[in-house]
Amino acid sequence: MSTTTTVLAAPRGGRRAKDGLVRVLVYLSAILAIVPLAWILVSIITQGLPAILSASWWTQDLAGTTDRRAGGGALGAIVGTLEIGLVTAVVAAPIAVMGAIFLIEYARGSKWARVVSFMVDILSGVPSIVAALFVYTLFITLLGLGRSAIAASIALVLLMLPTVLRSTEEMLKLVPDSLREASYALGIPKWKTVVDVVIPTAFSGIATGVILGLARVMGETAPLLILVAYARNLYLSPTSSNMGTLPTMINSGRNVAETLPGYERVWGAALTLIILVMGLNLLARGIARASRLKDR
Amino acid sequence: MADAPDATVATTTDHEAAAGSSASLATGKPVSTPNLTFATIKHGGDRTFRAGAYAAAAIVVLLVLFVGIFLAVIATPSLRHDTVNFFTSTQWNVGTDTLQFGIAGLLWTTALIAVVAMLLAVPVAVGTALLITQYVPGRVGSTIGFVIDLLAAVPSIIFGLWGLKLLGPFLGPFYDWLQHVLGWIPLFSKGVESTGNVLTASIVLAIMVLPIVSAISRDVFAQTPRDHIEAALALGATKWEMIRIAVIPYGRSGVIAASMLGLGRALGETIAVMIILSQTNTPGINVSLFAGGETFASKIANNAQEFDSPAKTGAYIAAGLVLFVLTFAVNAVSRIVADRKVS
Repeated sequence: MSTTTTVLAAPRGGRRAKDGLVRVLVYLSAILAIVPLAWILVSIITQGLPAILSASWWTQDLAGTTDRRAGGGALGAIVGTLEIGLVTAVVAAPIAVMGAIFLIEYARGSKWARVVSFMVDILSGVPSIVAALFVYTLFITLLGLGRSAIAASIALVLLMLPTVLRSTEEMLKLVPDSLREASYALGIPKWKTVVDVVIPTAFSGIATGVILGLARVMGETAPLLILVAYARNLYLSPTSSNMGTLPTMINSGRNVAETLPGYERVWGAALTLIILVMGLNLLARGIARASRLKDR
Repeated sequence: MADAPDATVATTTDHEAAAGSSASLATGKPVSTPNLTFATIKHGGDRTFRAGAYAAAAIVVLLVLFVGIFLAVIATPSLRHDTVNFFTSTQWNVGTDTLQFGIAGLLWTTALIAVVAMLLAVPVAVGTALLITQYVPGRVGSTIGFVIDLLAAVPSIIFGLWGLKLLGPFLGPFYDWLQHVLGWIPLFSKGVESTGNVLTASIVLAIMVLPIVSAISRDVFAQTPRDHIEAALALGATKWEMIRIAVIPYGRSGVIAASMLGLGRALGETIAVMIILSQTNTPGINVSLFAGGETFASKIANNAQEFDSPAKTGAYIAAGLVLFVLTFAVNAVSRIVADRKVS
């Protein structure tokens, strides 16, 4: 069959040239997409490695250092990023999972499911700066509270919620109805069916979604700029109005001159953030892949 | 404590439920929706769990509504005291007693950066999607797709740092050449910023939205019916002709929806644009790609530490409200385009 096609087609001249040209363009586009990634990764690794290889990077904060003085480390920023990320995940994940359960288990195909689903799409398109302004108006203008790490977490919840809800929804859709029907046939109530049958079946997929959502919010900067003051010292309390994080550490040092020690720390923070975020991404993909293999 | 009443309720309703399903079996109708029959069970746990699910859904809906309402309410007093036209003015003086702020300049820079970014990103994204789905074998394709998806994992602050420190300086000579050759076109006229300009921000944004558009395009291209592809090839079409008559018409609305989604992201991107784009102090609209400026998002983020008086804050929140409405509209259109394809 393939030989006849070739004989009949045998494109010549202009058609053949056009086909070849498109082939070149398509390969070129992949190169254009991959070069920036390689460039970013290589430059950040080479420039950031010296800073993160020093022992103090992981054990000290920046207290007492300036851009002109070497030493100190990113402990304050690392702890801040992890803490704000975890608080966000703890608030966002249950709401997202319950929202997905609403869409799939309770309201599937109904008018309300369409409304909620539309709102999830809109929420996932809300720019991070708008989410930050919303939390600013709510917490600071209306309730009169000050800036705090927890306010930043709440803004990040708005960003994490739709991504986790969507991925959970996709996973719940994949759970075969026969499992639910078998459970109902045993007389098990609906909520127990969801908790003990549907969620465990979809668990690895839900976990993947939560980890990817966490990776996304840990790299966010805009809400942190508006809702919590950057600090060089280590702060632990979530209600503290100052807290350093890796993205804001990069931001605060972005204009440091190349010759100063502070410049190296900016790239160190960038590399640490990349390791954290990429690590979470690869972990999520690993979980997804492992569970796919098990299913087969 | 609550167990006892629960148990009795459960036993009585279990009978009803059993009776219900056996009745439907007796009438010979297939029990296609067991959920419906069992949803009526008044089990305590069921009620709580169901309430939780409904509450979570309500939170999502209310959050979106509240974002719009709160921003509008807080921005209104400042908008009322604005002494210039909010939509047509390019002024931004909010430090003094007389408020003067307008969004014309911000709107121009935001739209210009986002549109140029999409013009750069969409062809490359479609190209990668075609390569992955039509040109290379599945395993190679998924590897390339994996690498492109990793681009989506890079935080925007890192893109900003890269654009500011490496990409901008690298492209400097190319910009000089472009201004020299195409300078007679206003868009390419000589700007004040050598590297921290609109074009650098657009290129970085293009790279940031590329994985989103690419991933969705890949999904729709992969769903092109096998029959269409084989029919085109059997008629003697070359690969490109096959793509043009089978793959692209099938995936067009998906690519448009993906592009709108990417546009929404590009309009709202904050930190990368804020870091790269130099602020200019001259009010007014600068048409050149080589000028600096501010977008809605970068304007707000740049001044985050100056939200001290309600009037001043209100002006920035008004800018945020416009950005919210803009992204809402773009995302809604994307959703409508995507839905139309399904039906």
